[in-house]
Amino acid sequence: MSSAVTPGGPLRHLETGAAWLLGLLWMSPLLYAFWAAFHPAEYVTRFELLAPLTLDNFATAWARAPFARYYLNTFALVTGILAGQLVLCTLAAFAFARVQFAGREIAFALVLMQLMIVPEVLIVENYTTMSRLGLVDTITGIGLPYMASAFGVFLLRQTFKTVPRELEDAARIEGCSMMQILWKVYVPLARPTYIAYGLVSISYHWNNFLWPLVITNSVETRPLTVGLAIFGAPESGVDWSIVTAGTLIAVAPLLVAFLLFQRQFVQSFMHAGIK
Amino acid sequence: MSRRALVHVYGWLLLTPAAILLVAFTHYPTVTTVVQSLFSTGSATRPSRFVGLDNYRFMLDDEVFWKVLWNNLWYALGTIPASIALAILMAVWVNRAIPARGLVRMAYFTPTVLPMIAVANIWLFFYTPDIGLIDQVLGAFGIPAHNWLGDPATVLGCIIVMTVWKEAGFFMIFYLAALQTLPPELEEAARVEGAGRWYFFRRVTFPLLMPTTLFVLINAVMNSFKLVDHLFILTKGGPDNASSLLLYYIYEVAFSFFDEAYAATLTVVLLGALAAIALAQFLLLERRIHYR
Repeated sequence: MSSAVTPGGPLRHLETGAAWLLGLLWMSPLLYAFWAAFHPAEYVTRFELLAPLTLDNFATAWARAPFARYYLNTFALVTGILAGQLVLCTLAAFAFARVQFAGREIAFALVLMQLMIVPEVLIVENYTTMSRLGLVDTITGIGLPYMASAFGVFLLRQTFKTVPRELEDAARIEGCSMMQILWKVYVPLARPTYIAYGLVSISYHWNNFLWPLVITNSVETRPLTVGLAIFGAPESGVDWSIVTAGTLIAVAPLLVAFLLFQRQFVQSFMHAGIK
Repeated sequence: MSRRALVHVYGWLLLTPAAILLVAFTHYPTVTTVVQSLFSTGSATRPSRFVGLDNYRFMLDDEVFWKVLWNNLWYALGTIPASIALAILMAVWVNRAIPARGLVRMAYFTPTVLPMIAVANIWLFFYTPDIGLIDQVLGAFGIPAHNWLGDPATVLGCIIVMTVWKEAGFFMIFYLAALQTLPPELEEAARVEGAGRWYFFRRVTFPLLMPTTLFVLINAVMNSFKLVDHLFILTKGGPDNASSLLLYYIYEVAFSFFDEAYAATLTVVLLGALAAIALAQFLLLERRIHYR
């Protein structure tokens, strides 16, 4: 039987086939990267079923660049930014959602400006600021412009506004202070938002490149993306299969996390985008 | 102090930590960018001085500026409609009960979690002349090798294809969310009326997805101005600026040519573009769209 939304008969199978084909096409660059990374260099464009597998490319890539240090830097950066964001955005969002202070509307509009003017756009002036603060080439310097996230404030404010007033009143009667109310009532109820925001923030900063490139200039501070860009640059003359192995090393943690918690990731991006 | 006054103080205290950082890294630099664009770039021998609109005059005569602006436009026109069309198609497909639906959805979405640098590393090899994957495959059919990224005629197209691949799956999830909120009665009604599938999509589904399309559109336009990471790997803006985009040019002017004043002038243009998009968003989205 045919309907308006789902086709019937052969057309249905044809469409399923097309959906699979597109899926395969979409995966193929990544699948190809796996092929190149796990096979010796001579099989880069020779697709033979019995081509020998090898981990040599990974070993070479790992030895050629300080990936361990880059990992550490990225990890410190991502957790530092997230921690800062969670604290700053929670406080600000609570003020915007539940405290009636003078100038609230205009302050909120000014915060939202950052949704439009992201730190990447202001690399020139922010670099000047960082050099005045003596924060050039530090992990703090990479993270600081992102910590007061307008997006985080906006998301949490929306969530806090849905918390029933009665809960707050009940907590107040129990003798809770404002800070206790925030911590014991609002924060636990906003858990799904925190998780969604956290996943989006981690993915964003794990992958972020331009500002870290501008502000870092040493192995001690460079995150994975910047390290990878230097490693993979054509002028570095490294073998193709080794570049691919390095690329996989850099994306592995996020990719594995995504494959394991696929549903959670997709829902977080959705949740964060729609609010 | 009265209780009312205390509330104001309390509100501002909660806001202060975030406000300090926001002012320091968003509002203050926005203002100094505009100020800087009215001054010359200082050097050890010649200090920076007020030059009025000279930097803007220079910009209007700068061929590279116009080139990157056009590139930005073509880049947006090339990536956005294609990614949106693909995103809708993907969403419609995985919204149905097809076998291995989870796997297909994952395949569409995976490029979203990869950093642009990694994506560029992988695609660079596809586009490499002679030994690259595309030339190898085309070579098997007797088509001669081509320097895809070295030819001004094809370089922007190559970057557009890669960006569509990266972004379509991300936009898909918003359409998927929207499709799931459409009432099933609509489909029932269409079936009773004997509406064809394409007709149903064109006259019912697509108009109802309009708010999503606008949301995605605004995001995509913003991204087309903000996303330049891949250029560092693939082309460095070349050949002869054929693939350079505004933000990449700003980076070059500031950190390769060390002309801060001119970089600030270009940044003002970028800020203007982003402000215009935000205004469009406000006018179109915040007021909601009505369909009849």
